Amino acid sequence: MSATHTIVNLPDQRTATLPKRNYLNNEDGLLSWLFTGDHKRIAILYLISITFFFFIGGAFAGLIRLELLTPQPDLVASDTYNKFFSMHGIIMIFLFLVPSVPATLGNFLIPIMIGAKDLAFPKVNLLSWYLYWIGGLFTMAALVLGGVDTGWTFTTPLSTHYLNTHVVTAATGVFIIGFSSIFTGLNFIVTIHRMRAPGMTWFRMPLFCWSNYAASILMVLGTPVLAITLVLVALERLVGIGVFDPTKGGDPLLFQHLFWFYSHPAVYIMILPGMGVISEVISTFSRKRVFGYTAVAFSSVAIALFGFFVWAHHMFIMGVSNYSALVFSLLTMLVAVPSAIKIFNWAFTLQKGSITFETPMLYAFGFLGLFTIGGMTGVFLGALGMDIHLTETYFIVAHFHFVMVGGMLMAFLAGIHFWWPKMTGRMYPESLSKLAAVTTFIGFNLTFLPQFILGYLGMPRRYHAYPPEFQVLNVLSTAGATVLGVGYMLPLLYLGWSLKYGAIAGNNPWQATGLEWQIQSPPLTENFIETPVVDHEAYDYEWLAHKTAQEVTTVG
Amino acid sequence: MDNAIVATHPHTHETAVAAEHEHVVLPQHRHHFETKEQQREAATFGMWLFLLTEIMFFGGLFFAYLLYRNWYHDAFVVSSNQLSIPLGAANTAILISSGFFMALGVWAAEVQKKGLLVLFLVLTTFFGVAFLGIKAVEYHEKWEKHHIPGAHFDVSEFINPQAYGLKEKPLAPDMAQKTQVFFFLYFAMTGMHAFHMILGIGLLFWLTWRANRGEFSSGYVAPIENFGLYWHFVDIVWLFLFPLLYLINRHPGS
Repeated sequence: MSATHTIVNLPDQRTATLPKRNYLNNEDGLLSWLFTGDHKRIAILYLISITFFFFIGGAFAGLIRLELLTPQPDLVASDTYNKFFSMHGIIMIFLFLVPSVPATLGNFLIPIMIGAKDLAFPKVNLLSWYLYWIGGLFTMAALVLGGVDTGWTFTTPLSTHYLNTHVVTAATGVFIIGFSSIFTGLNFIVTIHRMRAPGMTWFRMPLFCWSNYAASILMVLGTPVLAITLVLVALERLVGIGVFDPTKGGDPLLFQHLFWFYSHPAVYIMILPGMGVISEVISTFSRKRVFGYTAVAFSSVAIALFGFFVWAHHMFIMGVSNYSALVFSLLTMLVAVPSAIKIFNWAFTLQKGSITFETPMLYAFGFLGLFTIGGMTGVFLGALGMDIHLTETYFIVAHFHFVMVGGMLMAFLAGIHFWWPKMTGRMYPESLSKLAAVTTFIGFNLTFLPQFILGYLGMPRRYHAYPPEFQVLNVLSTAGATVLGVGYMLPLLYLGWSLKYGAIAGNNPWQATGLEWQIQSPPLTENFIETPVVDHEAYDYEWLAHKTAQEVTTVG
Repeated sequence: MDNAIVATHPHTHETAVAAEHEHVVLPQHRHHFETKEQQREAATFGMWLFLLTEIMFFGGLFFAYLLYRNWYHDAFVVSSNQLSIPLGAANTAILISSGFFMALGVWAAEVQKKGLLVLFLVLTTFFGVAFLGIKAVEYHEKWEKHHIPGAHFDVSEFINPQAYGLKEKPLAPDMAQKTQVFFFLYFAMTGMHAFHMILGIGLLFWLTWRANRGEFSSGYVAPIENFGLYWHFVDIVWLFLFPLLYLINRHPGS
């Protein structure tokens, strides 16, 4: 037993090389990437694109925090500030959070995890990526032409009557990105239903597949409603029809209902795939089967279903009736149950596990702490009376950043670090990656914990100036954002470095059980030479030990 | 036995190419499917899911319709009386005929009769275009009567129906304004439906061209079957739109 207590199992670096033939070098040239049908290559295309948009969205976050460093509005005027937070929201939600894990890790891993050669519809998969870019370019065009200042929600009548900015361009962008997400979800559902290898039953499937499956259901059912809502906003703005305009008999509240019918489930589209990543990472680094596998699998589906019945909690202060507010308050709290099932089951998985703290595990622990805080403050907001006090304050901002950034982004980084050896065949420098994980965690807390207090004290969101007594907390928050920014830049640097200089990872550096770890890294274009026959459950470490022992005797 | 579970060993280029070739049965058979049946099932399942997203897409409009119909009942009754039942009924009959020929087309593809398939696809297209032609006539009439929502919209007809020779109950000015919501929903819903038909007719041209080359006469019928599902879905949407917009609360006037 070594003192560092590590499970990383790398091949002998003096003799190890990357496999001669793999999906990265199977074909050469830019065109072979732009017209590829290979789910792994499309995942890489997505990874690059999503990272690009993440840093643009992050730059806007930086500008927002910079403006809020002082109480006076001294950096930008109010309408420019509005454009900053609108672009930050639109880019981060639609171009980063929604596609992040499904389109990169999901695309790469789901076919391999279930023993298939590709997703069911490779061309549709590539089309999704193009739609993502076309939508992204529309959004960028809206930004370059003068920006949008509606916030990411495009709320009417603000978006349709009172602003003279590029709402239609941005809405078109989001509409197109929506179809990208619909096609990704559709592809996952069909693949998981129809293309599992022999023996890969539903309850032998890794939890990552389950959670992406649940998120796909939300994408397929929710996104079209957002699409039609944006069409209506665009028509109202362009042609002057009155479906949301009270002066013509329309109702702005209808917009809110339709919008949140998608956008609340969208929160679960963002978080569910991240929960899948956490299940894989926690199981691997505690060397144990996920406790209550079936409960964790079904809780994903339960979150997806409940997710459709809670939208009106966004409208408690907008004139919905007391009775419906009461019902939606109750339903909202019900979502906490399947989420808590997951958290408790992960905790039980860790209990008496043989835990090691590799980089993905550090991010996963970050996820557990931050997501729990995010989730529990969500219960505050689901409670009717508290919600009325806290709505439109920085408490809300802190809450959803804890869920989205503390939860989803931590999970995304955990997943990228976990599967990086599989995707590239190389390891990254371990001390640096651990430093990045810790920096991110500290920076995150320093940024968003003060915002809970600010919100509780009554600082409203979306203002670019504030009373001087809030300055100390805002300075703390901005300082935290700087640390957080460093935490995000670090992986970009060392992961880029590792592409050329990283140690050769071998097939299974983490000694994990999933099918993806039993093939070469980076994988072949066709994933499996012959279709695998699965005869063991997910996370079956005894099967793995048996198999490894047998291989050793065969080779030795 | 265990070693056969998953292939982990490196292998040569030749074995992989050979493995790829083994699976190729038809030119349309994609290499990542194990069997032809699996490919066909995946395509059909994907199409059904896509239609589910379409239901949600139209669902937003149906939701708006139900809500506003409930609130502005009188305005909706008067406005729906402005729509022509004969034209709507003719369109319903035409669309059902089109769907009928599409169903025959799927049958023709399945029994591998190329000539019949092309004929039925052409007939489907013909009735689809006829539907759109009638829709254009109806839209034109709305334009002339100033019933297109937006700046051009005129409610005087509903405030003072006698002056226009209508037998409707006069509406109060604020309720008359709400007719605009009806006409907006009429255009949004039928327009979205017509947009789906235009896409469908485009696809029909493409499928007819491919059918004429004999692509669907060899047992590979998934594109025809799946397009058939899409076309029937478009029919069904109309079968909801026609009663909702034209027929409900229809009365001879008072």
